Amino acid sequence: MNNINIMLPEIFLSLSIFSVLMIGVFIKKSFNLIFNLTSLIIIATITIILTNPNNEEKIFLDSFTRDAFSNYFKILILVSSLFVLNSSKIFIVDNKLDKFEYPIIILLSILGMFFMVSSNDLILFYLGLELQSLSLYILASIDRDNLRSTESGIKYFVLSALSSGLLLYGCSLLYGFTGSTNFELIASQLNKENTGAVFAMVFILVGLAFKVSAVPFHMWTPDVYEGAPTSITSYFAVVPKVAGLALLIKFMFIPFSKILLEWQTIIIFISIASMILGAVAAMVQKNFKRLLAYSSIGHIGYALAGVATGAVSGYQSAIVYISIYVIMNIGAFSCLYLLKKDGQYKENISDLSGISKKNPLLAISLLIILFSLAGVPPLGGFFAKFYVFVSVLEKEMYALAIIGLLTTVMSAFYYLKIIKTIYFDDSGITFEPSKNRTAQISIFTSCIILVTFFLYPSVLNNIVNTLFIN
Amino acid sequence: MSFPILSTLIFLPLISSFFILLSKDRTSNNSSIYISLFSSFATFLLSLFLWYSLDLNTSEFQFVEEKSWINNFIKFKLGVDGISILFIVLTTFITPICIISCVNSIKIRVKEFLIAILVLETFMIGVFCSLDLVIFYLFFEAGLIPMFLIIGVWGGPRRVYSAFKFFLFTLLGSVLMLVAIIVIYWLTGTTDITQIYEIKIPKEYQNLLWLAFFSSFAVKMPMWPVHTWLPDAHVEAPTAGSVILAAILLKMAGYGFLRFSIPMFPIASEYFTPLIYTLSIIAIIYTSLVALMQDDMKKLIAYSSVAHMGYVTLGIFTLTKQGIEGSIYQMISHGLISAALFLCVGVVYDRLHSRMISAYGGLVNYIPKYSFLFLIFALAALGLPGTSGFLGEFLVLTGAFQKSYLAAMLATFGVVLGAAYMLWLTKRVIFGATNNSEVKKFNDVNKSEIIMLATLAFFILFFGFYPLPLMETFSVSVNSLIDNYDTAVISN
Repeated sequence: MNNINIMLPEIFLSLSIFSVLMIGVFIKKSFNLIFNLTSLIIIATITIILTNPNNEEKIFLDSFTRDAFSNYFKILILVSSLFVLNSSKIFIVDNKLDKFEYPIIILLSILGMFFMVSSNDLILFYLGLELQSLSLYILASIDRDNLRSTESGIKYFVLSALSSGLLLYGCSLLYGFTGSTNFELIASQLNKENTGAVFAMVFILVGLAFKVSAVPFHMWTPDVYEGAPTSITSYFAVVPKVAGLALLIKFMFIPFSKILLEWQTIIIFISIASMILGAVAAMVQKNFKRLLAYSSIGHIGYALAGVATGAVSGYQSAIVYISIYVIMNIGAFSCLYLLKKDGQYKENISDLSGISKKNPLLAISLLIILFSLAGVPPLGGFFAKFYVFVSVLEKEMYALAIIGLLTTVMSAFYYLKIIKTIYFDDSGITFEPSKNRTAQISIFTSCIILVTFFLYPSVLNNIVNTLFIN
Repeated sequence: MSFPILSTLIFLPLISSFFILLSKDRTSNNSSIYISLFSSFATFLLSLFLWYSLDLNTSEFQFVEEKSWINNFIKFKLGVDGISILFIVLTTFITPICIISCVNSIKIRVKEFLIAILVLETFMIGVFCSLDLVIFYLFFEAGLIPMFLIIGVWGGPRRVYSAFKFFLFTLLGSVLMLVAIIVIYWLTGTTDITQIYEIKIPKEYQNLLWLAFFSSFAVKMPMWPVHTWLPDAHVEAPTAGSVILAAILLKMAGYGFLRFSIPMFPIASEYFTPLIYTLSIIAIIYTSLVALMQDDMKKLIAYSSVAHMGYVTLGIFTLTKQGIEGSIYQMISHGLISAALFLCVGVVYDRLHSRMISAYGGLVNYIPKYSFLFLIFALAALGLPGTSGFLGEFLVLTGAFQKSYLAAMLATFGVVLGAAYMLWLTKRVIFGATNNSEVKKFNDVNKSEIIMLATLAFFILFFGFYPLPLMETFSVSVNSLIDNYDTAVISN
């Protein structure tokens, strides 16, 4: 072992998970303690990543990489989990989900994602993916007395297991055709004549598309989003997507860089299909969570449009896109934690009617977030789309750009419909004044970033540009 | 570095809207109104100062501000020339009038309304100042948000439908422009329009790019057949919203043609002239006929706006000095006249809450001051000599006769139709028998209303008799625009 420091964040994270697990087992009613410890662990892990160098190094027979790319995604995963987790705390307690396992399972899934984004080897990649997926199955059905939550967990499990199987099959094919599980060695063995490898690639792509819920592997998303408790949904909508996209980019960048054309064709199709379905299907939704599920499908379509360019500038734009998407979605879901009435959390769009009169601050925050999701300038969401389309048009993929922008208009329709409910309709329910300060902080942070993004629109780009130097 | 006067102009309303947001008046909205009035007047004075200190002997952009924005890609670049300064002054002039008008007509959420108007002003000034395509697009689209809310929150009974139609039509038109802007970036390596003017876009790309820009401007203008959002938006918007929509938002498209389409794509502009002529003529004649049939005052004025904008597009694409000057003149004068007419409708609407022509009649007997002002505006709208409306149409037609007799003839026919619907409207509303006893109880215009209307009437007459200040301002810029166009077309 030349330098174990490379894995320091992962080692720290696993050791802390075991320690808090012990605390949970031996101390009764320890949810609060463990929850706070989890936040501390996340912050400590961020500090470890930031204080260690991020030059590229590999260990364990080159199966684990630590570089700027993986570190960026780890930070993004940690920061978004921190916000998601903390803004949902009161919701968790209100809905009696305050089991001590809850934060621990979240940490476990984060650990899985760490291995995913750092993997440089098919086996390690698959192990990380499974660790993440298994944690997510449990999370989806954590409200085990609730029929819908259980249903969504089972649904997710069955479909996800199928896709994992396909993915594993793809990995084994790839091993068979190239004789290696290491990404770089695979890359050097592959070429266009290798038809078998193309098959393997398709299987792997199916698995990854399922994880980021891109069309046509999106079926699980609306049901799971709606069925799972909101705190879990907001986690689902944000964090695993980041990791999934990172892997897609990594696969295009290293192992499949020589058969990029075949891979690209499929991604273009998936991207267009996701954008269209996300825009059309969301129009008729009445449940806010279900709507956000379709909207997230659409957003993944835009990020994939950046990936489909097969160029570094495109990958960068996709990373910028997913980062801004994370900011917007954390804000949007945090709003749901404030819609409380008689101990019940409302999640229908019609429940939002007239909140502009009774809760003007929440209304204006939602307005900003929704317009940003729709990609209207000068908000952050516009720049996300702008960068993607700049890189798409650089590759002269005009059809993709025009379809993408037309679906933007279509999707603007349903965001406007929510804004209509908030601002134009007469008041319906009066919500309880919320004491959920952390959710308010999340909304506030997200709005401030989205509104002021246009002052320094290249902040994210400057960071992301450094990720692909090697 | 000199004082960043343009940035100040753009962001002054935005900053004051923050103050309104922070102001705490629960019962009355006085402090919000005073803050917004004060800031909009300050902006107006600043823009007058800008006009005064502008060097009118050069077509170069002046007061240019440039700062790095998106690294190695886009610069935040602002500047004005003889054409854009007039639109800036028009914007800053109309905004305080809107704020005064809302004192009478807006009863709910006054504070939010003022914020929306001021934010909108920021975006509108930004559109006319920006010298970079992306910055232009940013401001152009951003204006949709406050306008959507103005129509949707404070509008009439069908406000939701109208707000959606307005937003989606405009957005749909604009996305193609965004594609074109990015394509231009990859073709020329810049989005700075002064550099694009120099580089010249390759001929084979011009037609498609022109169409992409056209799709956005045609919706915004609005040109036939994508004008249908305008009557709906106008009818449902509150008075101040209609005024801003007619006076300024519609001018963005005409300005866009002058600033982007013609200088950047001269060859395509020449190629598509017949298309523009056809659409403009249809707009002038068809919408004038439609206006004749309206029984809703706001709808009638909205359709007349479409017809007037038909003259503007016709004039711009004659690509003669008279035609373009006439178009600019027509845009400025229409900005004043349509604002005045919508305010007039607002005045009686506040009293009777009806926009139907049949609900009124014989107003001259009860509210003579109002009737007098209304008559001035109606006559200005039909282009009576001595009002600013005449000069614009006259110059446009002079330009059109140089290029196409047929187009000019048909457009002249539109002038007659314009007189018909405006005079008939006046006859039914101001004169004639009173059908409605409510009308007899009307109070004549109050102080704030007379300030707004008299100011507008003064400028309409002033620029009708003495057009020189406006003409001098844009003359040099228009000359250089036409010179550049001619050299580009001849060298082709």
